[in-house]
Amino acid sequence: MLEDTIYFFYDLVQYFINGLAQGSIYALIALGYTMVYGIIRLINFAHGEFYMIGAFLGFYVVIAGHSLWIAFPVAMIGSGIVAVIVERLVYRPIRSAGRIPALITALGTSLFFQYLGQGVIGAEPKAFPSVINDQTFMFGEIMFTSTQIIIVGVTFVLMLFLWWLVGYTKVGKAMRATSYNREAAELMGINTNRIISITFFIGASLAGAAGVLVGLYYSTIEPMMGLIPGLKAFVAAVLGGIGNIPGAVVGGLILGIAENLVMGFWASTYRDAIAFAILIFILLVKPTGILGKNIKEKV
Amino acid sequence: MNSSFIKIIKNILIYLGIISLTVSNAYSNKSKPTIDVGAVFAMTGPTATFGQESISGIKLALKTINKEGIAGRKIRLILEDNKGEPLESANAVRKLIDMDKVSVVLGAVASSNTLAGAPIAQKAKVPLLTPSSTNPKVTMMGDYISRACFTDDFQGVVMAKFAKETLKKSRAAIIVDNANDYSKGLAKVFRQKFQEFGGTIVSKDDFAYQQKDVDFRSILRRVKRKKPDVIFVPGYYTEVGLILKQAHQMRFNVPFLGGDGWDSPKLQQLAGKEAITGHYLSSHFSPDDSSPKVQNFVKEFKKEYNERPGAMAALGYDATFILANALKNAKNLSREEIKVAINNTKNFSAITGNITINKNRNAVKSAVVLKTTPAGNVFVQKVDP
Repeated sequence: MLEDTIYFFYDLVQYFINGLAQGSIYALIALGYTMVYGIIRLINFAHGEFYMIGAFLGFYVVIAGHSLWIAFPVAMIGSGIVAVIVERLVYRPIRSAGRIPALITALGTSLFFQYLGQGVIGAEPKAFPSVINDQTFMFGEIMFTSTQIIIVGVTFVLMLFLWWLVGYTKVGKAMRATSYNREAAELMGINTNRIISITFFIGASLAGAAGVLVGLYYSTIEPMMGLIPGLKAFVAAVLGGIGNIPGAVVGGLILGIAENLVMGFWASTYRDAIAFAILIFILLVKPTGILGKNIKEKV
Repeated sequence: MNSSFIKIIKNILIYLGIISLTVSNAYSNKSKPTIDVGAVFAMTGPTATFGQESISGIKLALKTINKEGIAGRKIRLILEDNKGEPLESANAVRKLIDMDKVSVVLGAVASSNTLAGAPIAQKAKVPLLTPSSTNPKVTMMGDYISRACFTDDFQGVVMAKFAKETLKKSRAAIIVDNANDYSKGLAKVFRQKFQEFGGTIVSKDDFAYQQKDVDFRSILRRVKRKKPDVIFVPGYYTEVGLILKQAHQMRFNVPFLGGDGWDSPKLQQLAGKEAITGHYLSSHFSPDDSSPKVQNFVKEFKKEYNERPGAMAALGYDATFILANALKNAKNLSREEIKVAINNTKNFSAITGNITINKNRNAVKSAVVLKTTPAGNVFVQKVDP
């Protein structure tokens, strides 16, 4: 019995570590969701596809024989540019048409990239080469790998950067102003179209980085890979309070850890069910999310 | 808008469609009386290398067969991609039967896919010959469904015996793909036989994952707790590759065993050099087999595609020759007579062994056990039925 209890605590810590790594990836994707929502109230369902594009860009750079130091920037800038183009060609023309057309357009964009990917690259999963020397560290029963450290580390650095960008720079100030009231921001001389483009760029870059991290972690990528993590990140964003940047991080981590606990102690079959059950629960109990504020609709 | 106008346009389009179909059929019938054979395989998706290999084997066989043809008639292959999914598989079989009016259907690889298409073929009374679906339920769908490979009832015994008698292991864990008929069927046979041979299965229920899962660390952790000395993972290469890799990271030092679902070069790629070494799988064929028939096939295949054939290529090749042989022996080329001829295949000498289709429409022949190495799978032993 005592042995079981000790194992239980070992397991708890272990699943917590695994969840932290997976949750970091959700958090990176969720940030893009939440930033875009914060600024133009659009739930960008195509966001998971920017993550997929990032993963493939990183994959091809690595395949070509370059290191991760090149793969990361290429993936981030590449998905960012794709997102800016999508925003310019697809979302901007219908921005004034209301939220439902925008939402449906986002779904369409998402399907477009999934099937474009299947058509161009092929639907079979590709093996992401193991470019780093993946070491395993053992502490008694608890183990973690260097990839997990890299994931948590990269996520932490990118979040610090985002925190600084939004809170302490002129661009960040403009983003906050645009989010608060776009028309007023425009009257103050802010080029809101440019700010929206920048927001899309940053959000998609973070997703692109997450794509490369996932390639390293699970060593397999495929064109449909953005679908489920995209939805999960959406759950994470809602969980933390959509539009709220720290909320996205908190939501991502909670979701990742919850999923791993379910997988470890129960069964992996229920993992996705739990993730979406959490979403429904949050929407029922606290519709604005954990860190979301109660904002009265402006009339 | 006036809906009648749309209706007229629609009718015109349908009419034109019918005309063009009849015309093209009449045309093709007149100019070249081909025998149309449908093929349903995963050209994309998580089992894509299996489908692609099978088609390579089929096309290579057709090249030889069509030199002479079947009584002067050539076989025309109509390929449908089922993306590795049961629903797409059912749709593809329906399309081949209803639209293309094929005489026979070849396919698919994954048992879940074949099981989805087989009832449709059976109902339409179109013979369906699967080169490589091993789940026993497949041919129980009816007398029009047959296969060119052995079943999991045999494959499971082979691996259970190998684990107990050759590797001398006594505690086995089973990790199963829960949404997959092939995996579940094979797991069931292994569990039963391994215990019959005197071994222990460490848990009452199998450890389960699902196709397209990528994170197996939590499952592997629970497996490790049970201290098995051998682990049976009857899944497909996409997930198994990752399982092997993650197990290696978690410092498992017991061999993993699997079935023909492992037999793809992608397994090596996904698992990586260190994790792939020292595991075993059962399969239909090994390119290392020294028999001249196999070596000729390997040579021919290499010449055509510049790579070594896998088991799926060999089975695709064999299935096509079984079909050609049946077409030659059939009284006429009605679907019913083709079915009778396929089911009457006796002692047909093929790459993967001498094939006899038994009364349950399964091929009875030997299996091989292969060992995984970074460079590919190498031959260990041959097991006769």
